[in-house]
Amino acid sequence: MNSIFGLLPSILMMVAPILIAAIGGMIAERSGVTNIGLEGLMGFGAFGAATFHALLEPTLPGSVWFALVAAMLIGALFSLIHAYAAISLKADQTVSGTGINLLAIGITVFLCQIIFKQERTEPYKLGMMPGPGGVYPTAYIAIVVLLASWYVLYKRPVGLRLRACGEHPAAAASAGIDVKKYRYLAVLASGALAGLAGGCLVLTQTIQYTNMTINGAGFIALAAVSFGRWTPKGVGGASLLFGTAVALAIYMVNIPSMRSLPPEFFSVMPYVITLVTLVIFSGKDYAPKAVGIPYEKGGS
Amino acid sequence: MSAAASGKDGKGGLKAGFLDAFISSDGAISVFVVLLGFLCGTILILAVGRNPGNMYAALLQTLSGYDITRGVWNARYIGEWFTASLPLILCGLSMGFAARTGLFNIGSEGQYIVGLTAAQFVAIYGPQVPGLHWALALLAGALAGALWGGIVGWLKAKYSVSEVVATIMLNYVAYFLSRYLTRLIPEANTYKTQSFPKTALLSDPFLSQLTNGSRLSIGLYVALACCLIYWFIIERTKLGFELRATGFNKEAARCSGIRVTRSITLSMAIAGAFAGLAGVVVALGSFSYGRVLAGQDGYGFTGIAVALVGNNTAGGTLLSGLLFGMLQSAQPLMQSRMIPKEITQIISGLVVVFISLRAGFKMIIEWRAKRIARERRGERDE
Amino acid sequence: MNVTKGTSAPQKREGTPGAGNYAIEMLGITKVFPGVVANDQVTLRVRENEIHAILGENGAGKSTLMSILFGLYDPDGGTIKVKGQEVRIKDPNEATALGIGMVHQHFKLVRNYSVTENIILGMEPRRRDGTVDLAGAEKRVAELSERYGLAVDPRAKIESITVGMQQRVEILKILYRSADILIFDEPTAVLTPQEIDELMDILQRLKAEGKTIILITHKLKEIKEAAERCTVLRRGRYIGTVQVADTSEEEMAEMMVGRAVRFKIDKEPARVGDVVLSIESLTVYNAKGYPAVKNLSLDVRAGEVVGLAGVDGNGQSELVQAITGLMPVHAGRILLDGKDITKTSIRERVNAGIGHVPEDRQRHGLVLDFRVDENIVLKTYERQPFSSKRGILSFPAIAKKGKELIEEFDIRAGQGPATKAKNMSGGNQQKVIIAREIDLSPRLLVVAQPTRGLDVGAIEYIHKRIIGERDKGRAVLLVSFELDEIMNLCDRIAAISKGEIVGIVEGDKAEERSIGAMMAGVRSPRKEREIEPNEEAQGGSK
Repeated sequence: MNSIFGLLPSILMMVAPILIAAIGGMIAERSGVTNIGLEGLMGFGAFGAATFHALLEPTLPGSVWFALVAAMLIGALFSLIHAYAAISLKADQTVSGTGINLLAIGITVFLCQIIFKQERTEPYKLGMMPGPGGVYPTAYIAIVVLLASWYVLYKRPVGLRLRACGEHPAAAASAGIDVKKYRYLAVLASGALAGLAGGCLVLTQTIQYTNMTINGAGFIALAAVSFGRWTPKGVGGASLLFGTAVALAIYMVNIPSMRSLPPEFFSVMPYVITLVTLVIFSGKDYAPKAVGIPYEKGGS
Repeated sequence: MSAAASGKDGKGGLKAGFLDAFISSDGAISVFVVLLGFLCGTILILAVGRNPGNMYAALLQTLSGYDITRGVWNARYIGEWFTASLPLILCGLSMGFAARTGLFNIGSEGQYIVGLTAAQFVAIYGPQVPGLHWALALLAGALAGALWGGIVGWLKAKYSVSEVVATIMLNYVAYFLSRYLTRLIPEANTYKTQSFPKTALLSDPFLSQLTNGSRLSIGLYVALACCLIYWFIIERTKLGFELRATGFNKEAARCSGIRVTRSITLSMAIAGAFAGLAGVVVALGSFSYGRVLAGQDGYGFTGIAVALVGNNTAGGTLLSGLLFGMLQSAQPLMQSRMIPKEITQIISGLVVVFISLRAGFKMIIEWRAKRIARERRGERDE
Repeated sequence: MNVTKGTSAPQKREGTPGAGNYAIEMLGITKVFPGVVANDQVTLRVRENEIHAILGENGAGKSTLMSILFGLYDPDGGTIKVKGQEVRIKDPNEATALGIGMVHQHFKLVRNYSVTENIILGMEPRRRDGTVDLAGAEKRVAELSERYGLAVDPRAKIESITVGMQQRVEILKILYRSADILIFDEPTAVLTPQEIDELMDILQRLKAEGKTIILITHKLKEIKEAAERCTVLRRGRYIGTVQVADTSEEEMAEMMVGRAVRFKIDKEPARVGDVVLSIESLTVYNAKGYPAVKNLSLDVRAGEVVGLAGVDGNGQSELVQAITGLMPVHAGRILLDGKDITKTSIRERVNAGIGHVPEDRQRHGLVLDFRVDENIVLKTYERQPFSSKRGILSFPAIAKKGKELIEEFDIRAGQGPATKAKNMSGGNQQKVIIAREIDLSPRLLVVAQPTRGLDVGAIEYIHKRIIGERDKGRAVLLVSFELDEIMNLCDRIAAISKGEIVGIVEGDKAEERSIGAMMAGVRSPRKEREIEPNEEAQGGSK
């Protein structure tokens, strides 16, 4: 029984990146833009953080934190592609998001080859250090992100307007709101958060970035957005659920009674759980009404 | 087509007219997008201080078999190019078929895996009768893929489950399931099984000889046949009519009595079958033993780009598959010339991003044409 | 050409209110879209504190003109003056700053926001810490509502209030922004007759408070009731401005259409046969789980047109969907020619002889990306000769049918049967649908909002066709929000309110006021209703 509680820090370690990325996805979708590219943006962030930290670790104390900032900036930068395509050029958002995902693997490993002459980043000596109780700071970052998103979305004028852009952009426009501007902000925020999530993931869970680092976490975050019904509370809960599944998958192998099961059983569990919850709780009705539809000025 | 293309009102109108005509020509857009992707790739290579000429030399060698640096010609490269193209064409057909019904099938990777796995099982356990053996394997792969795709279609039709996330999850499930099942085969170690009996292989001595010992196999005929089947089903049959109607306007299709749930499920099943066949073609055409997958082969994902560039048509997908096949089989050649092989994935990704804009352009044009038509005739349709 | 930039406090503007001054002048406005001139040298002069109507058919250019005024478009030519000052209005924010506000036909309200949130959106009052001051906003909304007599519940969510209240929220939105000039775009399209009366009162109240009102409409009756002067547009051109009191409805209609308009259709008396459609105690639940159709019974016989009169949202859509098979039935039965079809599939109903002209032609009626001929065989593609026995399509047969119907129904399709439906006008799209349904030779033809958004010529044609089908012995069920259309075409009129039939009246004895009352749910006492005695057995209401 104490092994379950002992698992708590590990669970939080797994939950944090999913939660952060999911909040980012929620913000984008609340403004009316689907962001399938979360997986790729996390990849960009993870790569950026791993590279930054690996290169600067010897010389810069606290380079972990700079690496996280770098991850955010890189995520925001690449989300600009999706934002421009989806908002200004009115592209098919699912396709452009998928393009980001394809690009991510390509560009990150490409740059690894150029910078590190191998298909992965140089391992760094020490990733992020856990704090008291073995809980990584990323857990606190995730909580802050969650609370901040709730506050901004529901208490500040910018949140009221942003949500209107996702529900009824024509209404927002007729109230004088620049729908494009708010959507851009939302997508950039989601890019920064996804990048941050990728950075958190790589710095806490492993020692380098490879093309298997993200491995579906971005899509699990997407599932958390819809399972969480696009609210901070729901998304938080959903991320907790999925992150726990991921953590359990890794750590269950250590439980003697579970040894007889094949390793693939544990690896596949988070994906199965995500799929099953998607099916049982498919709540399309809760999505922001105008999500995925590009906004045309002058439309009624 | 659109009123704007008449270009009646002066300079702006003429330019708009040309642009509209260009944008309405899907083929032209595909070509343009690909060229743009290559351009960006070239710039990127220059930016990191490598010589893009090497990339093009590698591509040339892949296409024609001619090695520019050594002045030697070897048909094997052409054979390998085709071999790499086959699963891409099939996965492209998979994605394209679903797209014609209005579905975004990014699960072709998983459907490919189950097809591959099924083929490996039939290869090892199936009747060792020449001809029948690999035919059974093809059938098994197609059915496995159909099942994997059909599940998604059914979930989408009945429960409105987003096929985007569902297929990604099933991709991972397929991957782990395949590893587990394959390792169950007696005498399998952690990365391969025993060798297949000769009767299971798709290899074809005639084709192999033609291309100086490449791995080009019966898969070539399979891919070509699938292109024909794809075209025929969609353009010429009742089923294709229903699928296209459902893809364009699900509601109107339903109102007309078309059984939409059935259409969507069937469409995803057929799409899955194509991807499953891709798995068989690779498993039994390029390998002579079973593999415990150690990573996703990636044909499914590149297949997305193939379908998009091919604009979801049979002919387009064929050409597009050849294009991306060229990129892929050139990878080792590129790597040996100091160009990181990921450049092909970057070009694929850029192509997908650029192609997403085409849908956007089309929407703009249609929206403008609709607006004009509305203003002119004076209706206030919503 | 300067524009007073937006501030939240209203400013006293130059010019004294009075008969002489113009609140709005739009002089020689021209707006060209590629291929069409939407406004051609249009002039509009609205006096301060008057109620001025802009009359025109759908697409005459009135909405374009007002969109220019509201900053949604830039004019290609002409000038705009607001209160005597020449301005250029670049976006709705600038229009708002000038005191111009627009109440849209399709409300621009966020459905899951509250009344208050919708009103303050974009101009949110803030507390000192920067958060939204919702409580303060609710107070202000209550004050405004009191002052102008616009009853709303500041906390209610839009999705749960009536259409009339939603419209009042739209009005409050612009009053909150201190609008002096209020533009109403087709405001009565979605209201019950009672709500229309309330709106007329609201207009007078706003006028009493000093506001200037522009009313965009094609409803002559309302112009007569509310407006003082009326500007008529036709095909983008300015036709004239009249004093409403001195001009008859017929005269205005003629200005609007360019020729004498016949309001009534010539039709022979109905030759009614057996019951074709029989609805028995039908209950249908809507998407949200509420009963939209409650225990409804109705019969339609061969050779008659039965009209379902009611305001949008009273169960008509659900009833039509239940009849055609698009929605499941919770209780009750539907019988076609005596056979129970309650649980049959859509295709079975099509084959049994139900034709359907849906209210949303682009969403349910046509596949816009298909060609005309493909749309024409949308319900019959499975049958020979369009498909062989093995399921292979025969394009020559399909094209032939397409050509046949294009000729018979005079459908304007630029490239013949190969024309893509999306490139056709709304009227011609509707003709395709009607052609298809009529060609099926259905026993029952269900027609919903058939002339929505169409011009007078198309409307006349479609009405002729409906009567034609009735004369061929088909049973026709007509669902329409336009009371005029119902009274014009129907042999019997059933008024529906909140999912129930409130009363059934003979067509030629129908009176608008009493039907309007029934649409609002008022059940008249038995002896005053006019029903054939034998109808009571079949499901008139109590």
